[in-house]
Amino acid sequence: MLAVNIHNLKLKNPVMTASGTFGYGEEFADFIDLNRLGGFVVKGTTGTHREGNPYPRMVETPSGMLNSVGLQNGGVEKFCKEVYPRIKHLDTNIIVNVSGSSIEEYCDVASQVDALDRIPAIELNISCPNVKHGGMGFGTQPGMAAEVVEAVRKVYHKTLIVKLSPNVTNIAEIAKAVEGAGADSVSLINTLLGMAIDIERRRPRMANVTGGLSGPAVKPVAVRMVWQVAHAVKIPVVGLGGICTAEDAIEFLMAGATAIEVGTANFIDPAVTVKIIDGLEAWCKAHGVSDINDIIGII
Amino acid sequence: MKEIHDFRIIERRQLGEQYFRLLLKHGGQMQPVAPGQFVEVLVEDEPRVMLRRPISVHDADAEAGTLSLLVQIVGNGTRRLATLAEGDSLNLVYPLGHGFTTAIPAGSKALLVGGGAGIAPLLHLAKTLHAGGVHCTVLLGGRTASLIPVQDDFRPFGDLLLATDDGSLGHHGIITTHPAFADTYDIIYTCGPTPMMKAVARSAAERGLRCEVSLENMMACGVGACLCCVTDTDQGHRCVCKDGPVFDISTMSKWYSNK
Repeated sequence: MLAVNIHNLKLKNPVMTASGTFGYGEEFADFIDLNRLGGFVVKGTTGTHREGNPYPRMVETPSGMLNSVGLQNGGVEKFCKEVYPRIKHLDTNIIVNVSGSSIEEYCDVASQVDALDRIPAIELNISCPNVKHGGMGFGTQPGMAAEVVEAVRKVYHKTLIVKLSPNVTNIAEIAKAVEGAGADSVSLINTLLGMAIDIERRRPRMANVTGGLSGPAVKPVAVRMVWQVAHAVKIPVVGLGGICTAEDAIEFLMAGATAIEVGTANFIDPAVTVKIIDGLEAWCKAHGVSDINDIIGII
Repeated sequence: MKEIHDFRIIERRQLGEQYFRLLLKHGGQMQPVAPGQFVEVLVEDEPRVMLRRPISVHDADAEAGTLSLLVQIVGNGTRRLATLAEGDSLNLVYPLGHGFTTAIPAGSKALLVGGGAGIAPLLHLAKTLHAGGVHCTVLLGGRTASLIPVQDDFRPFGDLLLATDDGSLGHHGIITTHPAFADTYDIIYTCGPTPMMKAVARSAAERGLRCEVSLENMMACGVGACLCCVTDTDQGHRCVCKDGPVFDISTMSKWYSNK
């Protein structure tokens, strides 16, 4: 009833988790059965170890939060040698979020992850707003976005999802460019660039000054962009941005997302993903929907 | 094992204007909570608050299925929590983080230094150490007497000493100028304002004394997933929520040297 496909990737249900909000899955193993998920996207992984940005890295804002973690991670080698053996037994789709500052770095990470049997897909992050070089720089211009996707496509042979930035004038144009360059799917939206000021201390609340906005505050923007992109490309769309409930997820599916990712809501309720899966099933039963694919992109 | 659970508030006590204490009952089999660990509290019906609030465990009794939280009202979240009454339920994710080292030899001498809201986790610690035959000296401080929310609760578990910046209670002066602070101890534990903890850590390091600090940073997930709450350590950024909140100062020289 809930099974969907993203290119060659078979998901038992459309519910995945968003990179950077779910660690390597293990952090949530006490709260949920990870095998129930359609998939999960692990923390952004770069070519070498990164310390990320200085603290403070986050601030709560109305119905959302800003973060500026800056891709802190142990690097791809550490992921392959230490993390992967700990999680590869899981019966769900483990997707690696591949990040970098240069085309070479993206390709290096992608090709190392390509060799891991139990990783069926990557999410190419050309949209991180919190690193100075690369990241979002690649995702805001169609030409550069196509260039990096084309290069990664040559070295990566499984399902290639490209994560798009909402910090652009025309997201459909970027989506079409990466589709043309060989992407199997696009996921959106990454965080919206934002800022908050401590008026008493008269300084920015975050050390990096700006950060990415996530949570329910961004949901209507995300739904709109998913709808625009779904009408512009033929490849499947993965929707994310402020999803907290099954009803939110259904909104994204109707807007054109084949699967969804849950991000900030994991911080509020570490078991929210399984509640969304149960809620999707209950909604389908209550509305006489025998196959969830029947509601995808109906708007 | 960590769990998400609705506790029932069985007692609420106001402690001065700024502090209140909630005694929570699990109702089933509560997970053991170690001294220094914390909980993430869901704040409901407050539109300005979305994320859970990390609050240290003041005291815990796994057998009785109770734990208590000593909370300082500092913002929208804690202000909302202050309106909760006996009988209300409170949703917690717990137990979280890496707590204080309590496996130390009986007969050891420990100094517990707490300032303001940082006094909270020291009660569970003092109780646990005392039960293990450790001799505790508990040194509590605040700007003024009314900002030391609890004191008598500590008396059964060690020698209680007090200090206030304005001299309204105990030693007159900041906590690190208390004469007892200059004594030697097998271990010093501290929780409170960052400048106070750094001063305690520097003094302990200079004298070659073992010392643990309990940090507080703004936090989202509480389980080491989002990497928002990191602190500088000598090994790089570490999560306060997962690798801490308690850190041994032997890995924190960068942190305490930076005033």
